[in-house]
Amino acid sequence: MRHMLNPLDFSVEEIDRLLSLASDIEHNLPKYAHVCDGKKLATLFYEPSTRTRLSFESAMLSLGGSVLGFSSANSSSAAKGESVSDTIRTISCYADIAAMRHPKEGSALVASQMSSIPVINAGDGGHQHPTQTLTDLMTIRSLAGRLGNMTIGLCGDLKFGRTVHSLINAMVRYPDIRFVLIAPDELRVPSYIREDVLKANHIRFKEVNNLDDAMPELDILYMTRVQRERFFNEEDYIRLKDCYILDKKKMKLAKENMYVLHPLPRVNEISTEVDSDPRAAYFKQVQYGVYVRMALIMTLLEVEKPC
Amino acid sequence: MLNISGLSEGIVLDHIEAGKSLDIYYHLGLDKLECQVAIIKNARSSKMGRKDIIKIEGGLDKLDLQILGYIDHNITVNIIQDNKIVEKKRLKLPKRITNVIKCKNPRCITSIEQELPHVFYLADEQKELYRCMYCEEKYGK
Repeated sequence: MRHMLNPLDFSVEEIDRLLSLASDIEHNLPKYAHVCDGKKLATLFYEPSTRTRLSFESAMLSLGGSVLGFSSANSSSAAKGESVSDTIRTISCYADIAAMRHPKEGSALVASQMSSIPVINAGDGGHQHPTQTLTDLMTIRSLAGRLGNMTIGLCGDLKFGRTVHSLINAMVRYPDIRFVLIAPDELRVPSYIREDVLKANHIRFKEVNNLDDAMPELDILYMTRVQRERFFNEEDYIRLKDCYILDKKKMKLAKENMYVLHPLPRVNEISTEVDSDPRAAYFKQVQYGVYVRMALIMTLLEVEKPC
Repeated sequence: MLNISGLSEGIVLDHIEAGKSLDIYYHLGLDKLECQVAIIKNARSSKMGRKDIIKIEGGLDKLDLQILGYIDHNITVNIIQDNKIVEKKRLKLPKRITNVIKCKNPRCITSIEQELPHVFYLADEQKELYRCMYCEEKYGK
């Protein structure tokens, strides 16, 4: 039995198979409508998350399965003090697979150790969010047609943004990847990403403050939100939140075949005037998220691909 | 010259960094043992200048080498039988340690689920860096 706790749990070949399956689902959706008939997905969400929970539920329903679960710790036994280990042992009797979001780091690992059904980490605090990374990989692969040989710009909060750290970790496994890290000095990538991931893997990268200068060389621009909840000091948040706003003027500097990704929700870092640009891929990314979760559920449940 | 009677059967922990023997005494739980334990502080050493030594009467089952390897892997463990050293054990940094150190990350699942074991794995041998198995928070030595 496999779990999905960290995007690096799967080898490059396994990720490739998963993304190929997701792509086949995208193009042949009706073929997959009943592959999970009779199967149940438990969504264990100890903290609110509209997008991720609904994406999982949509994925399971599209495969013919059904869903059950809770959407906040208050509506679960956690409010009575039940441990994650006990909850997952109980849920294992009700469902065939579980997707869990929990505010504490490592909670999904604890669940997987006690579970008799596959566990998908749907976000464990600021630690890992593997299905967002798989979504990002599928979006890049589907739109750019490849996962190697490209320059990826990461812009905004590169210090606290776990999606950025996960994406860097996942992309360094592909050939000829170059990163342009665009952030104010206060929100640069942590030193362990720079030293242990980028330099250790001999990845070419540069750190810049100016988005305009970086635009022409990018194949992918991954925008992130400066998150209010990461700051202890409101003044710092206000000073940094509007550092980078992507608008039509900046998009004119970009390549014709560059794509803009964003894990969403956005606040104002991408102006709505960019939404109509064919290179704006962040809503397509949401759709790819459903396909990749469908592929992941099938893979972990060891459901055969239909003919 | 200080004279301490020899061991006919037991363990000698040699090459302990001078001044660290009492820490090791408590970490290994030697204070809870009934057998004889001798602590020698600041013994002269050609290799280290000064060193500490601990002599413990009895078998190896009394020692958790995992903890000892984590505390100081340069310590030599001499096994004594019939008044002779029959084995010298070299310690290594353990790949994994359980309930030796505690994760201090307030965002870690271990901070709210008290019954979970605190497990750390050796992430970088050269830097002697351990990481929490759950949240990957680092713990340098």
